[in-house]
Amino acid sequence: MMSSETRTIRVTINGRAFGRTIETNLLLSDFIRHEVELTGTHVGCEHGVCGACTILFEGKPARSCLMLAVQADGARIETIESLADGERLHPLQTAFAENHGLQCGYCTPGILMTMKAYLAETPRPTEAQVREALSGNLCRCTGYQQIVEAVLQAAALMRGERP
Amino acid sequence: MKPPPFAYRDPTTLDDALALLADDAEARPLAGGQSLMPMLNFRLVRPSTVVDLNRISALAGIAVDRGGATIGAMTRQVDALRAPVLAEQWPLIRMALEHVGHLQTRNRGTIGGSLAHNDPAAELPAVMLALDARMTVQRAKGARTISAQEFFVSSLTTAIVAGELLTAIHLPSPPPGAGMGFAELARRHGDFALAAAAIVVSRAGAGHARVVVTGMGDGPQRIPAAEAALLNGRFGEAAIAEAGAAASAAVSPIDDLHAPAWYRRKIAGVMAARAARDAIGRMAG
Repeated sequence: MMSSETRTIRVTINGRAFGRTIETNLLLSDFIRHEVELTGTHVGCEHGVCGACTILFEGKPARSCLMLAVQADGARIETIESLADGERLHPLQTAFAENHGLQCGYCTPGILMTMKAYLAETPRPTEAQVREALSGNLCRCTGYQQIVEAVLQAAALMRGERP
Repeated sequence: MKPPPFAYRDPTTLDDALALLADDAEARPLAGGQSLMPMLNFRLVRPSTVVDLNRISALAGIAVDRGGATIGAMTRQVDALRAPVLAEQWPLIRMALEHVGHLQTRNRGTIGGSLAHNDPAAELPAVMLALDARMTVQRAKGARTISAQEFFVSSLTTAIVAGELLTAIHLPSPPPGAGMGFAELARRHGDFALAAAAIVVSRAGAGHARVVVTGMGDGPQRIPAAEAALLNGRFGEAAIAEAGAAASAAVSPIDDLHAPAWYRRKIAGVMAARAARDAIGRMAG
């Protein structure tokens, strides 16, 4: 059995730099949860299907279970912990709470990080566009209806409208 | 669900990557990771060395000249989807990429990675076959160019051999006035196709038709009888129906848990006819 190599990496997560020596076969999702101990990023299927582990890698949504931590050396990452501003919730969080956009909450961090990037690019989406943008995130509780309503309301809030 | 141990290298030049691949037949190149990473997590593959291509910036990018387009193998799917230069002459790329995975996977997934993996239900291999694409494959000492027809061998198998790396995809300029169409049936948006069809047609010269169907179990397949039907029937409604029937007759689908073979055969024809009608509608002249 081959033993793993190690490498020292430096990653900026939510604006803070973290240096760690890690095994090169460590997944980025495990690095975030176990090494940096930011456990808001959830791990569901661990093969790129469920979307629970979605983070922003250089500003773009990506599945952290499909990346090696070593690939993030020098990169900028945002996780769900960066969404609220202290006690002040992000409009996505407010809208999800008000619309009952979650039940067990396991899929929620991945959905919110995906939608944060999506709404920044598409501030005025249609319902059909929201459903397509959500297609890479599985939720087994809600049936998606309240999630779609929450995203549409968050988009309105972020445009400065009060729906 | 964790990758096995491996040596990890992340070269910044193509030459260094090719040297690493030349030295070690068990090394695997890592592109966007949207197929190889799940296979590593399941330990379906145990490479000695992972050669990460993500730091080789020269492998990404799209260049268009009079002869056609060259797409670097490490071009992200999202960048190809949004490239105006591709949308203008090769709208088939955009049409198909909208069906490839989800926005998270397209941000990482690459054009070359998808082609080299050659999943039998993937959209991009079918598109490259319909566009008469040619693949440049490099090794430490030399390069060769392979037609799409020869490149896609069978399910998960391409003409790439150990030590070689797919570095670029060349799209010839489409025939004048070409129309392109794509149709797919999948259980959920972003899933692999139960059946999909990619079609290019043109009235220029003696006429041009490419009909490619995928999702049948063995990868993309050109359907010469459907192409002949479209050309002989002058792209009329009867010709479209005949092309669909020819596609259904030509495929050899398999039964699996997603769909029985008879259903796949039927929708192969439906998708071919639907994509043909779409392509013909977009054709000039």
